[in-house]
Amino acid sequence: MTNIPILKERKKQIYHKGEGVFDLTCDTKSLAGSVSQRACVFCGSRVVLYPIADALHLIHGPIGCASYTWDIRGALSSGPELHRMSFSTDLRERDIIFGGEKKLYASLVQLIDTYRPNAAFVYCTCIIGIIGDDVDSVCKRVTEEKGIPVLPVHSEGFKGTKKDGYKAACESLSMLVGTGSVEDIGKYAINIMGEFNIAGEAWTIKEYYENMGIEVVAVFTGDGRVENIKRSHGASLNVVQCSGSILRLAQIMEEKYGIPYIRVSYFGIEDMSKALYDVAAHFKDNLGIMKKTKEIVRNEIDAIYPDLLRYKKALSGKKAAIYVGGAFKAFSMIKALRSLGIDVVLAGSQTGNKDDYAVLRDMCDEGTVILDDANPLELSKYCIEKGADLFVGGVKERPIAYKLGIAFCDHNHERKISLAGYSGMINLAKEVYSSVTSPVWKFAPAKDSFL
Amino acid sequence: MLLRHTSKEIVERKSLTVNPAKTCQPIGAMYASLGIHGCLPHSHGSQGCYAYHRSTLTRHYKEPVMAATSSFTEGASVFGGQANLLQAMDNIFTIYNPDVIAVHTTCLSETIGDDVPQIFGKAKTDGKIPEGKYVLHANTPSYVGTHVTGFANMTKAMVDYFAKQNGHKENRINIIPGWVEPSDMKEIKRIAGELGIDFIMFPDTDNVLNSPQTGKFEMYPKGGVTIDELISTGSSSGTVALGELASGPAARALDSKCKVPCKVLDLPIGIKATDRFVDTLRKMAGVNVPESINIERGQLIDIVTDMQAYFYHKKVALVGDPDQLIALTEFLVSIDMMPIHILTGTKDKKFEKKILSLTEEMPHDVNVKSGGDMYLFHQWVKNEPVDLLIGNTYVKYIARDEDIPFIRYGFPILDRIGHSYFPMVCYRGAMRFLEKILDALMNRIDRDSSEIEFDLVM
Repeated sequence: MTNIPILKERKKQIYHKGEGVFDLTCDTKSLAGSVSQRACVFCGSRVVLYPIADALHLIHGPIGCASYTWDIRGALSSGPELHRMSFSTDLRERDIIFGGEKKLYASLVQLIDTYRPNAAFVYCTCIIGIIGDDVDSVCKRVTEEKGIPVLPVHSEGFKGTKKDGYKAACESLSMLVGTGSVEDIGKYAINIMGEFNIAGEAWTIKEYYENMGIEVVAVFTGDGRVENIKRSHGASLNVVQCSGSILRLAQIMEEKYGIPYIRVSYFGIEDMSKALYDVAAHFKDNLGIMKKTKEIVRNEIDAIYPDLLRYKKALSGKKAAIYVGGAFKAFSMIKALRSLGIDVVLAGSQTGNKDDYAVLRDMCDEGTVILDDANPLELSKYCIEKGADLFVGGVKERPIAYKLGIAFCDHNHERKISLAGYSGMINLAKEVYSSVTSPVWKFAPAKDSFL
Repeated sequence: MLLRHTSKEIVERKSLTVNPAKTCQPIGAMYASLGIHGCLPHSHGSQGCYAYHRSTLTRHYKEPVMAATSSFTEGASVFGGQANLLQAMDNIFTIYNPDVIAVHTTCLSETIGDDVPQIFGKAKTDGKIPEGKYVLHANTPSYVGTHVTGFANMTKAMVDYFAKQNGHKENRINIIPGWVEPSDMKEIKRIAGELGIDFIMFPDTDNVLNSPQTGKFEMYPKGGVTIDELISTGSSSGTVALGELASGPAARALDSKCKVPCKVLDLPIGIKATDRFVDTLRKMAGVNVPESINIERGQLIDIVTDMQAYFYHKKVALVGDPDQLIALTEFLVSIDMMPIHILTGTKDKKFEKKILSLTEEMPHDVNVKSGGDMYLFHQWVKNEPVDLLIGNTYVKYIARDEDIPFIRYGFPILDRIGHSYFPMVCYRGAMRFLEKILDALMNRIDRDSSEIEFDLVM
C-alpha cells in the first residue's frame, strides 16, 4: 500500500521537504475522479454564515443541501437558535421546469411572518445557477415588503471551490455591514473575524479582549447577531482568524471604511499570546491595554504551564499528521503540537494557497510531507511511511486514522471541546494525550504495510 | 427548548420544508453502491454533493466511506459533464483500481442533460474501461424522489446492467434486503443460512460499513456482492424482495428481464413480517424451518408475553422511511402498542392507505402523512403527546423539548453506535427492538416514580 500510484497531475500537489524545488500546485479545482476530502461553494458559504443565530437561513434548491447542513456545526449561541432549524424550498421536478421564484417568494414571506428574523440569507444551490431563478429580485422585493434585509448568497456549488463560497458569504455580509448606528462605539473597539464559536471558543476569546479593556463590536460569525454585524464598521480594527473564510470581508471593510485588519490565530500558547499582543500593540496610545494584556498572558500561562509540562513529558517524540481545511490552522497546530513535544511529519490542507504553503514549508522539519487537496490513499500512505502516532483532521479523516490504528484529534466542526485560547491548549493536550495513550492501540493489529 | 420555534397550530405549507424527514436521492444510490464488492461510488455532479454524502455516511457508520466525484465546474455546467466523467473514469481506474464504478447523477448533471449511457459508450470506444472492469449508473436527480428511491434506483441498476439468464434455473434465491443496516443484512443472511438456502444478497453492505479494525486502510473492504454474483441473479429460481419502495423495482426488473419470479414482502421487522419472510423463503426453496429458528421465534413471543403489561396501549410516534414504518407499525400494533403519529418524508401513494389499514382495529385515531417533515411531526406530538418516540437522530430535539422517551431507529443516526453491529430485523432483531422499547419505557418509570413507588422488581 505504501506503493500506491500517485497521479501525474497530483504529484505537483505533494512536496517532500528537503527534496527538489518547492513549487506546490494549489488553488486548483480537484481532478475529476479524485476522492478529494473537499466540499463545494455552498458548503463554504453555509459554514461562514451558519452561526448567525437570529437570521433566517433559507436554502433554495432540492432538499439534500438543507438536510446535510441541518445543525451539523457546533456553533453555539447564547440566545436565539433559529440557525439550528433547517429551511428549504425543497424544489421538485416541476419547479426545475417552471422555475422556483414563486416558491422562494412564498417561503420567504411565510418564514419571515412566522419567525420575525432580523435578516434572511437565501443560499443558491447548484440548480439555481442552471434554471436561472432571479434570486436577487425576489430578495429585493421581500426586503421592501418585510422591512428586513433579505440577502442572496450566490453559492451555486459548481461555481468554484469552497473558498469561492467564503467569498460569496463575505459579499452577502458586506451588504449588512454599515447599515447600523455606530454612535456608542468607543475608540478601542474591534471585530473578531473568522471565529465560529465552536464549543464556545468565541466566548473565551471575547473575554480575553474585554479583560484587556477592548470593546468587541461584532463576532463574525460565532454567536452572531444581525444588529452587531450592521454596526461593525464602527470598530477600529478587524482581527481575522481562519483567514480563508472571512478575509474577503476584512478587505472589503478596509476599502470601504478604512478599517485595517490583522491576521491571528487562537490555537496554541504562542499564537494566542501573539494575537493578544498584536491587538494591544495596535492601540499604541493606550498603554493600559498592553499592561493588562501582559498580565492576562502571564496569569493564563502560569495557570496551565505545570499541566502542560506533564503532558509534554508523556507525548515527547510522538509524530503527528495534520490535514485541515484552511492552511492557517495548520500553522498553529504545528506550533501547538511542538509545544507538546510532538513532531509534525505530514501537513496538508484542502484550500491552502501558494503563500500558505511557502510558510508551511518554512515551518516544517526536513522530510515532512506537504499535501494540497489530498485523497485518503495518499493520507494513509504517508501516515504509515512516516510512522504517525496522531492524526489531526475532520469527520472524513477520523475513521481512516482509526482503521490504521492511529490516534485522532478532531480539529473541525465536530469537536466538542474548545481548543482555542489558553484553556483550549490544555484541552488539546488532554485530548491528544488520551487518544495517543489509549489502551485500545495495544489491541489494534500492528501497523505494517497494507495490501 | 431548542425547537421553541415549533408552534402547536398547524398551518398548511405548500412551498416550504422545515426540518426535513428525508434527504436527496444520490446518498441512497451511494449507500447501495457500497454494497457491491470492490465498487467505488461516483457522484456525477459538483464536489459538494459527494462530500456531504460521505460525511453523513461516515457519521452514521463511523467508517471510512469512499467515493469519487466529477467535480463539476462552470465549464462543465455549460458544455456538459462528458469530459469530466471520462477523465474521472480514467483517473479512478488508474489510481483507485476498483472492480466497478457505480455512477449516480445529481440535480446538476440531470438538468444540463448528461446522458450517462452515451458517455459510457464513448468510454468503451476510447478504451477507458479496462478489461474485466465494470461500470453501471442510476439516474438520481435530487428533485425527484428521496434517498429511499435513490437506493431503489441503484439497486435496480444492478439488475439492469448485470443480471443474465444462463438458460436454466439454479436452485438459488435472490434476496434484496432493502435499505437496512449492515447488521440487518448479516442477520437476514444468517436466517437464510439456518434454512440451508443457497442465496445471493444484493446489495450487501455487511463487512463494508461495519468492518473490523485491522490496522489497515482498505479502500475496498471484504464484503459486498460481486459482479459474478450479480450476473448469476438472472438464473436464480426466485427473488425475495424486502420493502416495496427500496427493493420492489429491482425485483420486478429481474422478473421482466430474466423471468425470475419475485415476492415483494415487507421488511422483516417484528413477528408477523418475519413469519412471512421465513415462510416465503421456505416455500420458494422447498426447505423445512429448522428448530433453531422456531426457538428464536419462541423466545421473542416469550418476551412479549412476559412484558405485555408494559406495552399495553402505550402511544408511539414514528418518523422514518416508508418500508420501515409499515413493518414497524404492524409490529407495534401486534404487541398492543398504539402508533398514533406516523410520518415519512418520502412521498409514496400507497403508504397512508397501508398504515390506515394496519391500524384499523386500534382503538385510537391515527395521524399519517407521506411527504411530511419533522416540523409537522413535532406539531402532532405537541397536540397529542405520546409515551415513546421512534426515529432518526434528529428526533432527539423533539424528545428533549417534549420530555418523551426516544429510541433511535432509521437514517441517519449520528450520535449513537450499535446500528451497524446489532440487527433490528427478524426474530432476534425484534427481541432487540423490544429490549430498546422496554428500556426506554421502564427507565422513564424509574425516573418519574416517587421514592415510595420506586420499585425493585419490574
